[in-house]
Amino acid sequence: MSANNASDLPTVSNRLAFNAMRNWKERLIEAILLGAATISVLTTLGIVYVLVSESYSFFQNVSIIDFLTDTQWTPLFDDAHFGIMVLISGTLVSSGVALLLAIPMGTIIAIYLSEFANPKVREMAKPILELLGGIPTIVFGYFALLVVTPILQFFLPSLPGFSLLSAGIVMGIMIVPYIASLSEDAMRAVPMSMREGAYAMGSTKLYTAIHVVVPAAISGLAASYILGISRAVGETMILAVAAGMQPNLTWNPMEPAATITSFIVQVALGDLPHGSIGYQTIFAAGLTLLMITLVFNILGQWLRAKYRENY
Amino acid sequence: MKPLTTEQIRAVIAKGKFRDNLFKAVGVFCLAFALLVIVALIADMLIKGSERFTLDFFLNFASRRATQAGILSAWVGSLLVMLVTALAAVPLGVAAGLYLEEYAKRNWITNIIEINITNLAAVPSIVYGLLALGIFVYQFGFGQSILSAGLTLALLILPIIIVATREAIRAIPAMIREGSMAVGATRWQTCRYHIVPYAMPGILTGVIIGLARAIGETAPIITIGALTFIAFLPPVPFSEIDGGATAGMFDWVMSPFTVMPIQIFNWTSRPDPAFEVNAAAAGFVLMAMVLSMNAVAIYLRYKMRKNIKW
Amino acid sequence: MQIHDTPALKAEARNLNFYYSEKQALKGINMPIYDKKVTALIGPSGCGKSTYLRSFNRMHDLYPGNRYEGEIRFFPDNTNLLSPDVDPIEVRMRIGMVFQKPNPFPKTIFENVAYGLRVRGENNKRTLDDKVEHALKGAAIWDEVKDRLQDMAPNLSGGQQQRLCIARALATDPELLLFDEPTSALDPIATGAIEELVHELKKRVTILIVTHNMQQAARVSDYTAYMYLGEMIEFGKTDQIFIKPNDKRTEDYITGRMG
Repeated sequence: MSANNASDLPTVSNRLAFNAMRNWKERLIEAILLGAATISVLTTLGIVYVLVSESYSFFQNVSIIDFLTDTQWTPLFDDAHFGIMVLISGTLVSSGVALLLAIPMGTIIAIYLSEFANPKVREMAKPILELLGGIPTIVFGYFALLVVTPILQFFLPSLPGFSLLSAGIVMGIMIVPYIASLSEDAMRAVPMSMREGAYAMGSTKLYTAIHVVVPAAISGLAASYILGISRAVGETMILAVAAGMQPNLTWNPMEPAATITSFIVQVALGDLPHGSIGYQTIFAAGLTLLMITLVFNILGQWLRAKYRENY
Repeated sequence: MKPLTTEQIRAVIAKGKFRDNLFKAVGVFCLAFALLVIVALIADMLIKGSERFTLDFFLNFASRRATQAGILSAWVGSLLVMLVTALAAVPLGVAAGLYLEEYAKRNWITNIIEINITNLAAVPSIVYGLLALGIFVYQFGFGQSILSAGLTLALLILPIIIVATREAIRAIPAMIREGSMAVGATRWQTCRYHIVPYAMPGILTGVIIGLARAIGETAPIITIGALTFIAFLPPVPFSEIDGGATAGMFDWVMSPFTVMPIQIFNWTSRPDPAFEVNAAAAGFVLMAMVLSMNAVAIYLRYKMRKNIKW
Repeated sequence: MQIHDTPALKAEARNLNFYYSEKQALKGINMPIYDKKVTALIGPSGCGKSTYLRSFNRMHDLYPGNRYEGEIRFFPDNTNLLSPDVDPIEVRMRIGMVFQKPNPFPKTIFENVAYGLRVRGENNKRTLDDKVEHALKGAAIWDEVKDRLQDMAPNLSGGQQQRLCIARALATDPELLLFDEPTSALDPIATGAIEELVHELKKRVTILIVTHNMQQAARVSDYTAYMYLGEMIEFGKTDQIFIKPNDKRTEDYITGRMG
């Protein structure tokens, strides 16, 4: 701000002009930043738009009833069937296996770290868990197919080379760090006064953890489980590599089967013309996937609201 | 009920302590198991892939013969995609985080943005692939290019960067802001000269974690139709290309490409076991990239916690 | 100098020192706790009165780096509560505690009160019902909650929560009950209810209460100890401490010249 008049002070009009320009610049910057923030909303709108519009074209050709009730999934055959249950069964079975492993193990690690481990162990363990959580899923896929499956076959000789079981187990290992880390955060947020109350009654550590800390942190635990479910349902590469990609309506984890996600990968690997029914199929499958994760997320938010901690 | 005798109380306590110790053992076992998996993964790939760790492996293109196949196009592709991702995601993410922490008024627009960011983090990555296939590849006509892939991954990691930025900004005490405003700085000057520089280490940590996530992502890139067999590199700016023409500054962004995870996927799914060796070696290289990025981020965060005392 | 009408001892601190790592928080405390009496601990904040109180049920064992020296003898069995051979859990099963801020567990009202019994392995429905009812009556909250024992405890009002916490402590028939500024988070009406309750309770149980409020100490206690900078300055019958303190520092504090 240069003021060259005799008194060496800016005139009132000068100052106002300066302020006006400054305000204008501030507003412009704020608008730009707001624009950046709305990108995330645009992303959501884009996802909904793409999935719904392509699925709309898909459902012009395939009835919703068939989509939900048909027991075959052969979209690329001459005799095409579009029974999404086939893919959903693979998704649910593999996710079930994963969560059966990840929820107990993640919770145990969280309780151990938050209530038992001394601070040094905790400081060491958290980064290790983070590293485990950062391993690319394709590497886990490799691990499932070429390391875990042979080990499992040693115990279960009838297990085929591709199976929901081995993909599910590795998926579970992948999810453990998320559940452990989020649950631990939730438990550590439980105020110390609550624990002191329990200890003052003569409880042991485990009793305090299970009967006081876990119930107090239940909404955070639920949130971590929901995130785990979202991860499992949306996981792609482990299944594409290790579970086989043939559609198979089964509830048996010992069998190979395609999931919603691995089907999308399989189609994308091929060369489907834009606008063909095969192309639209993957969007219908994607919409189904998004709906499933959405249901779990709404459930999670409802649980959180219901059991919101009031310490 | 009569009051318990001392012996009875001691028996109850002994039982409780036994359970404590049992649980401790289970907890340690679970943690050790997690550690074991990491070690087993790395060791398996390192041992199986060891015969491929030659210079040729890094400088060869993909090939039908396992022993001659290398990862040149894959690692170059990964680096270029990451460049696009970082250039798009970092400014957008930091700007969005800055807006939400420093500018946003508590109104419905802010609410929608915040709820939206939380929910986006739970959207499966393959759905981003479908978004990109519909919008970037076909609607915008970017095709199956480095640009499409980079932008897709940028959207994918945007929530990570936004959240990291917000957390870093939130850790800055109000007195810094007040001090700056008190000497007449505008909001933007406060952000530019105080908030962003002080939040930098936290933002950087988030950026590295985001990029480490992006470099390992496979599904969305397969979905937009990245090729699995690429035996050429994207054109270097101003280099000569076929027919004597000169490549433009940004021609490479529109080039077809492959990336490390796709190369690994391709090798893993081949029936010929010779390619398992390639998959293991490439997997090890990818793990090394991802883990070292994560390690840098963890170290940065650790140092930050030690250094900064307001 | 044995006084003639001295009641039986319930506990006695003997040359008690306490350290938070390097920092000494209690300095050579000697003090009797008389059976079925209310003893109040007063003094400015940071004087060590809560630290002293929490030594009785070994709460300091929960955090690393804390260290006791000296003894707290507990009668009639003359156990040294601070001895490394004595299990803190066993100590806590004999001594109840009520905290500054009500800290009900995130469970039902019934389960909160039954908590200590369940910890002791009691799962008989009849016994639990009886004990819970008895404890809630003892804490003067039975009439307010008897029709909603299955409601979540954190939904009660602050004063009710604190009385619930007292019921929780009473349910296991403790020999000594520790109160750590139990009314500091409550409004005057809830405070009055708690004070009345303390008065009622001393028929059944020995009480040691930390309070920041001198009037409260005067109202509820039989004996009062004044602490300052980790030291026990003066201990005596409440009337004597408030009417005719022997130590100048006690007098200054009580008359409001300090703290």
